[in-house]
Formats: sequence, structure tokens, C-alpha cells
Amino acid sequence: MYKYDTYDQQMVDNRVEEFRDQVKRRLAGQITEDQFKPLRLMNGLYLQLHAYMLRVAIPYGTLDSRQMRMLAHIARKYDRDYGHFTTRQNIQFNWIKLEDTPDILAELATVEMHAIQTSGNCIRNISADQYAGAAADEVADPRIWAELLRQWSSFHPEFTYLPRKFKICVIGADEDRAAMRLHDIGIQMVMRDGVLGGRIHVGGGMGRTPMIAPEIRDFVPADDLLSYLEACLRVYNRYGRRDNIYKARIKILVHEIGADEYRRQVEEEFIAVKALGLDPPQAEFERITQMFADPAFVADDGTAVDRSDPDFALWLDQNVKPHKQPGYAIVNISLKPQGGIPGDATSAQIDLMADLGERYSFDELRVTHAQNIVLPHVRQADLYTVWQQLDAAGLAPANLDLISDIIACPGLDYCSLANARSIPLAQKITERFADPARQRDIGELKLKISGCINACGHHHAGHIGILGVDKKGTENFQLSLGGSGAEDVSLGKITGPGFDEDGVVDAVERVTETYLGLREEGERFLDTYRRVGMAPFKEAIYG
Amino acid sequence: MKLLTGNDLPSGDVVWWTGQGWSRHVEDAVDVGDQGEAILRAEEGARRVNVPYVIDATLTPEGPRPAHIKDRIRALGPTVRPDLTLKPADPNAGSWVI
Amino acid sequence: MDKPMSLSANADGLLRYRDDAPHEEPAVTLDAFLGQTNATAVRIEAGDDARALIPHLGQIALVEISFPSFRDGRGYSAARILREAGYDGELRAQGDVLVDQLLPMRRCGFDSFAPESEIDAATAEASLSRYENFYQKAADGVVPIWKKRHG
Repeated sequence: MYKYDTYDQQMVDNRVEEFRDQVKRRLAGQITEDQFKPLRLMNGLYLQLHAYMLRVAIPYGTLDSRQMRMLAHIARKYDRDYGHFTTRQNIQFNWIKLEDTPDILAELATVEMHAIQTSGNCIRNISADQYAGAAADEVADPRIWAELLRQWSSFHPEFTYLPRKFKICVIGADEDRAAMRLHDIGIQMVMRDGVLGGRIHVGGGMGRTPMIAPEIRDFVPADDLLSYLEACLRVYNRYGRRDNIYKARIKILVHEIGADEYRRQVEEEFIAVKALGLDPPQAEFERITQMFADPAFVADDGTAVDRSDPDFALWLDQNVKPHKQPGYAIVNISLKPQGGIPGDATSAQIDLMADLGERYSFDELRVTHAQNIVLPHVRQADLYTVWQQLDAAGLAPANLDLISDIIACPGLDYCSLANARSIPLAQKITERFADPARQRDIGELKLKISGCINACGHHHAGHIGILGVDKKGTENFQLSLGGSGAEDVSLGKITGPGFDEDGVVDAVERVTETYLGLREEGERFLDTYRRVGMAPFKEAIYG
Repeated sequence: MKLLTGNDLPSGDVVWWTGQGWSRHVEDAVDVGDQGEAILRAEEGARRVNVPYVIDATLTPEGPRPAHIKDRIRALGPTVRPDLTLKPADPNAGSWVI
Repeated sequence: MDKPMSLSANADGLLRYRDDAPHEEPAVTLDAFLGQTNATAVRIEAGDDARALIPHLGQIALVEISFPSFRDGRGYSAARILREAGYDGELRAQGDVLVDQLLPMRRCGFDSFAPESEIDAATAEASLSRYENFYQKAADGVVPIWKKRHG
């Protein structure tokens, strides 16, 4: 894992003091809310329905047990004993007091954490593949490049007042576990002729105008990565639309001028920028790389995992993934219990996950964009013990990527932007599909719910997506089918007229029944949908 | 009726204008008639409230009921965590929101 | 570009990091400047292409870049483009310039600030000196952290 040096530490310490001063000026009336809002947002502090909400950055979703315990401590001391893991691999606290935030940030800084740029029209927290450094199919470790980008983007002076927010994702494998092409910039690290570099996609995103990012450069050598991104951002900062907030994301610029013209402008800018010497030297890449070296894996003794406990075996098959190192496995902790709130964890659960990460996963944990937690490096010999402890804490639902592993934004229960409540709907769907055998029969089915058009719940990328809207003061839900955030990326299509809350649960059930009736051998829901199209599903729902 | 609501500046708590000051309880809210904007400007200027706004509501036997579900959720708390609402002991509190 | 010196404030609320006297000639629009040959001060609006000035930098003593709203960040890129092209005259941020924007402006090469609402010089100084180090190489001559790490 990356460890701060004195420069990194000084930066977050300085930021705490700067924000303390800004809060003081706000409380003293020296600045208005209008002036304070962008300052607090750039430190992840929102005003939501019930209180202030603080979004703490978890850079590329990676944290150690000390950091995880600090999150539990913040929840306990300053909030209401729980936190909400988000679709951008961060965590949100829902009941924060403005007057406490400088102290919270000071506590976070003691464990190399912060809330810098978790909101605002700037480059947000960099996201990455949650299996980085553990996945069997990895070409390059994306964390190294995500960390480089974290430093480059932190307080970037030119890109602090962009037309709109800006999200960057880095992956290092062909399998896309991080919805890479649905980001403003999506980078896939690849090897070409023995040289490491990035495939650069620009202009993806969800929100009200979902777009899949086109490839802008098939290869940028790693040495030039920052210069190239600097050029990408500069073109956007200069020419992105500022006349209409709904058209201000880079995807609109790329779409309006076309990928070819955008590419031409970036290449032109890149020539100018490349001459400036903005890229760190090889020694800096090596310094960061060393910090992401493999932990001290022990040799596989060849013992097979004892599957005699049937509940454990189900969890093993569903939530545990192969590791690059023989004798190890990747453990997914599902934060999606039946009837629960997707992504929420209590302080006690967070502490337990920290303990397990420390003891059984080389002190490492990951947060996934699907709002789950990963223990990336668990010895197969320890899996049963880990499962027992998770199960005792309600943290062992065996439902990874099944219909009850729902992504849901906080929705109208918490969020001031929302039009409808997402969480009660997620709860009803998990109750309807409560039978685990039925879920496993349906198989991989990614269901994603957003409570408004901003699409924090990734509904466009759901195999089944649900969007909550406000229909004359009542909650209404639109259903869409066929989205994917994986390497087979696609955007869902709306089935037709919307439903009330119970109606959309019924519609989801009809969709799954239709799939079960139509599927061919080995087909996931998404495969069947792509083969047969919308018609049979529409007929089943509305016919 | 018209109510005036906002959030307390230092704590962020949801507050309602009572005629004399601000309360955490919507039951204490009073009809501000056409005075909402004027009160809002004075109170925001004095930093006794943050981002206040005027809403429509109806007067019911239980007290004022905001017209929009968003403000009813603000008045009570999250419907998915009854334990964290202002009425944790009332199992039917959530039905007031919907 | 010269290393930072101390911030000075004049009676008009103009904050400067320059030792020379403020340029007196009124700034002309970019279009007007490109249409004549003898102006020495230019005003760049947020949507203007700063690169159009590059052939003429030798004759310019003041570039004033407009910030119609503090949220409009186009001026940061305009400033860097001019500094990267070698411009070393006065670069002034004018408009909705707030104290919390001074630091990124300074890093992008501005050495003069003409805020619409006056900024107290001491507050400005404190804001500008809060951070000792920066991750990026920018247009203020500051040595980036990666260079300090590796010499």
C-alpha cells in the first residue's frame, strides 16, 4: 500500500487548517453560503436533507485496517454509528455537524486520509479495479497509476474550477470490474512491445445523458501519461460548455465536436504540454511501484478447502474469487443483506472488517463500486475462519453479483437531489427474491437503482436498471434493461411507462421469469436479453 | 399554508420557523403567509438558519403537513431508519410521510 | 518568471506580486488588439483564445484576464498558456476573484489581482502562503514535490 511521506502528510495537514479557517469564516459570517458552498464541496461536505454529509475519499478504493478503524471511530464519535460505502469507492457519513468537520478532518489526517476533492467541479477521487494486485488476469497494477494521478490531481491549480465534475478510472486487466468506460476518462493500462502505457477513453459517463467513452488514444506510454491527461483536461477546461450545467460534462463536448476533433485538439495541446516537463522521473514511478509490491505470500501447501459446511460452500462459490497467488483467494464481503440498506455498515461491522483485513489479508481492504468490501489476499486455509466471523456479524450474504447484490444510491431518504427513495425499493426486491436458491438459479444479474437522473446508482449500467422520478409529487420508477458496466459495456433501454414501488417489483419479477423461460444453456440474463431483444420482456411486463 | 424551513448553520439540523425562532419539530411551524421571503432574508443574514426556503403545507389535526414528500422526510427523518427519526418510538410515524 | 516577492496592495484594491509600477494604459479587447499594432495592454474575456496573443507577447506589458464568476475557470488555462509561451509581463486576474482562488491563480501565473470586492492583503497573504509544497509543476516556478523527492 502507498504510505505518505512528509510531503503527502504536510499537504493534508495544511488542508485541514485551510478548511478550519474557511469554516470559521463561514460561521463568523465573513463569507456567504454561496461563496462557502464550493469550498465545502471541494472538501466533500454537502448539505443533505437531514444534516451535513461528509464524503471521505478512499483513494482507488484501497485502505488498511488502521484507516478502516478510523472510519468506524468517525461514525461512532461524530455520526450515528454507521457509514455508507458509495458507488465511487468512498464512504459517506450522513449526520455530520459543520462545526465538527475540521476536527473530523484532523482525525482522518492522522491515518493519511482526507475528503479532498470528493465533490466540486474538480478531478474527483480516482477509482480503480478493486482486485488490483490480486487478480489473476492483471497486466499491470492500476493502483500505481491511480496514485500517480491522485497526486497530480490534488489541488491541480488549473483544473479546480472545471465546467463540471471529473471522474477518472484506471484498470489493468481486460476484465473491467470498475465501469472504466463510464468515466470522464477511463484508462486501461496495457503492455505494448514491452512498454507499459495506457489506452485512453474520454467522454463516458452516466447522469442524464449516458455515454460510453470512445477511445481517444490506443496507447500513451506511461512516461507521458500525466502530460497527455493534462492536455485532455485543458481542452475540456477551455471548451467544455459552461452555459448549461446539464451539458457541461466532457462527454457532451466530445459528443458535440466528435471524438476525432477532440482527439485532434488534444494531440495539438499535448505537443505544447509535453515540452513543459510535467511528468515525474522514472525514480518517482519506481518509488510508488515499490509500495505496491506483493505482500509476503507463503507457499501453497496444496491443502484443499474443506467444503463440508454447506452454507460456507455456498458463500465460497459465490463470493470468493481466484487469486493470482496459488493458495490465496479474493474474498468479497457483501454489504447487501436481505432487507438491508445497500452499502451501509455499522461501526462494529467496520471494525470487524478492519480486524479481518489486518489478520487475514496483509492489512489490506478494498471498497468496490458495487458498494461491497474486498479482502484481497486471504489464504485459502483461513477462508472458513473468516467466513465464520463474517457470518456472525451479518456480513456473509452469499449473493455477489446476484439479483439481491443491488447497487442503490441513498435516494430521497437522505439526498437533497433525489426524486424518489431507492433504498426501500432495494429492500422490497431483496424480500421478493429472498430465496437464495432462486437467486442462484437466476444467476448473475446486476440490478442498479438511482433515485434521480444523476444516476449515482448506475442504473444505466444495470442488467436491470431502475430510475426513480417525481411524477406530480409521487414517486415513480422507470425500468430499463440491458445495461452493463463491464468490458461488454452497454447502456440500458427503458422498457416503457413507469411504475409505482410495488409495480416495479412485480415488473422485475416478470422480467426474471421471462428470462428463465427463454434462456439457453449457459446464458446470463444479459446474454438472453441481447439475443432476444426487448420485445418478449415488454410483452411480459405490459402485455 | 406556507411554512419556512431550512437547516441550522452549525449543526445542519432541519429547522422550522415558529414565529419567534426555529424549532426541530414541524409541529411547531407556523403559517408565514406572504412574509416568508422577508423572514428568510433576515434570518439567513443573521446566520440563524442556512439555505432557508418557503414551502406549501396543509394544516391537519396532527399539525402542519408539508405538501412535498421531500419535506415530510426532512420533517421526520429517513423512512428506512425509524430508529434515527424524530419519532423512534412511534411505529406508524413512517406512514405520515408516504 | 521572477520568484515570488511580497504582496503589495494599492488604494484601488489591486494586489500585486510585482515590483514595477502598475501599467496605466487601459486594456483593449482581444479583437481591438489584434486589429491594431500599438496597444500594450489587452483584456482577455473568459471565452477568448489566449493563444492568439502569442505572436505579439513582446509588445505587451499587461494582460488582464476576466473572471465573470469565480466558478468560471477558463482564465486559469489562459494564464498558463501565456506563461508557458514565455510571457513575463503583468498578468492580472480581474472580476469575481475571491481570496480562496488566489492560490490556484498564483500557481497558474497570475501576479496581479483586481478583485471586484476588496480582499484584505493580510488575509490574502495567509491564504497564499498556507501550502509549503505542491505536487504539480505549474507556472509559478515552484519546484514540484516529485522533484524534491528525487533531486
